[in-house]
Amino acid sequence: MTKKKVVMDAEGIDRSLTRIAYEILEENKGIRDLVVIGIREGGVCLAERIAKKISNIEKTDVPLGILDITLYRDDVLSTAKKPKLGKTDIPFSLDNKKVVLVDDVIFTGRTIRAAMDALMDFGRPTLIQLAVLIDRGHRELPIRPNFVGNSLPSSLWEEVSVHLAEIEGIDEVVIENI
Amino acid sequence: MKFERKDILGLKDYSRDEINFILDTAESLKEISTRKIKKVPTLRGKTVISLFYEPSTRTRTSFEIAAKRLSADAVNITASASSVVKGETLIDTARNLESMNPDIIIMRHSAAGAPHILARLLKHQSIINAGDGAHEHPTQSLLDMMTIREKRGKIDGLRVALIGDIAHSRVARSNIYGLTIMGAEVALCGPAMMMPREIDKMGVTVHNRMEEAIRDADIIMMLRIQLERQKNNMFPSVREYAKLYCLTPDRVKMAKKNVLVMHPGPINRGVEIDPQIADGPYSVILEQVTNGVALRMALLYLLAGGK
Repeated sequence: MTKKKVVMDAEGIDRSLTRIAYEILEENKGIRDLVVIGIREGGVCLAERIAKKISNIEKTDVPLGILDITLYRDDVLSTAKKPKLGKTDIPFSLDNKKVVLVDDVIFTGRTIRAAMDALMDFGRPTLIQLAVLIDRGHRELPIRPNFVGNSLPSSLWEEVSVHLAEIEGIDEVVIENI
Repeated sequence: MKFERKDILGLKDYSRDEINFILDTAESLKEISTRKIKKVPTLRGKTVISLFYEPSTRTRTSFEIAAKRLSADAVNITASASSVVKGETLIDTARNLESMNPDIIIMRHSAAGAPHILARLLKHQSIINAGDGAHEHPTQSLLDMMTIREKRGKIDGLRVALIGDIAHSRVARSNIYGLTIMGAEVALCGPAMMMPREIDKMGVTVHNRMEEAIRDADIIMMLRIQLERQKNNMFPSVREYAKLYCLTPDRVKMAKKNVLVMHPGPINRGVEIDPQIADGPYSVILEQVTNGVALRMALLYLLAGGK
């Protein structure tokens, strides 16, 4: 039997994203040289929302990119099923930019390692920061997010999923026993 | 969708889902070739050998660039500069290459079925057919379909005219399989001597006059006369061939207004295609070459590891 528990609702998610947007601006002292990049699939919609909030606060558009990290994964050739490749779309150089990477959930940290390697192929950013909606712990690499919506200590047998209105039709974060 | 093939030998038994999956993968990989650093680490430590028993510019360079952009180690063997000229058999060559533990072997051979022999012989290597005799050239057809899908958004329901030396063309055969699987309507035209018998059983229409095949076509694919595969002269003269089968501006007008003109290369200017058309606004010949790299990256990616 799988037990499903909603740990964050639409309002909670929105409040977290608003706070993260303000924290990003505070930390970077404004919008100068800032770019936001969402990691496929879960980080894309969140990156869009954060970029929109930042743009609304600063009244200036912030460049937005999409990154698919499949080709940089450390297990890409060892898994039997090849994950579907998504398109990377970063139509600007990252030289001397402050990059805010966005993902929905940070877990082992391996996705972020792959993402940082991928970003380096697009230039030499001044710095890379990480924003996640959920930090569920269990890191296997020395990686720590700069901006966190909600820290959610979880068990390894649990699955934490972020559902977003753009894809699933509803904003919520759920924990399930699997 | 899960891609489970060991080798890529021909498109005959492919499903529409499989072809779409390959094309989707290629579309995602295309962006890498536009970066400043045109390389991803995915196939680090994999070895790709290309074994070419026939001349090639595009296919071989394209595969080599594809392998290198994925960080594989690429080795090229040209049969004319190898032990083949000392009398080594294909099977002995294959066994020797196998002993050096490559992961993927890309092969072009003048004999139909040669890559299939290699695929059966080598249990731990993936074989990609880069053209076997007058049989199949699957990667060319896949990159053609990638170009069509990119430009038209679909393949299903389009009318494709395939003009020229059908009998000796592996590009034609792979495209007839691929395009009919994808739901296109294929119209053939070429000299009677270069039209294989029973070709109409492959789900295509055969036309005597080029104008009939081209009428209302969404795509025109021109083929080169494969002089190297013809024992006797199958037509009186190149001039006569050009008169009847050259794609001229007047003939292009009979197709749809937004027709795409394609050619697998190498082109013979003024024989099967008028230079005005080859270099003109309908031509996507060079875009086919660009897509070729992405498509071959997709195949190397899908075949490597994870068995």
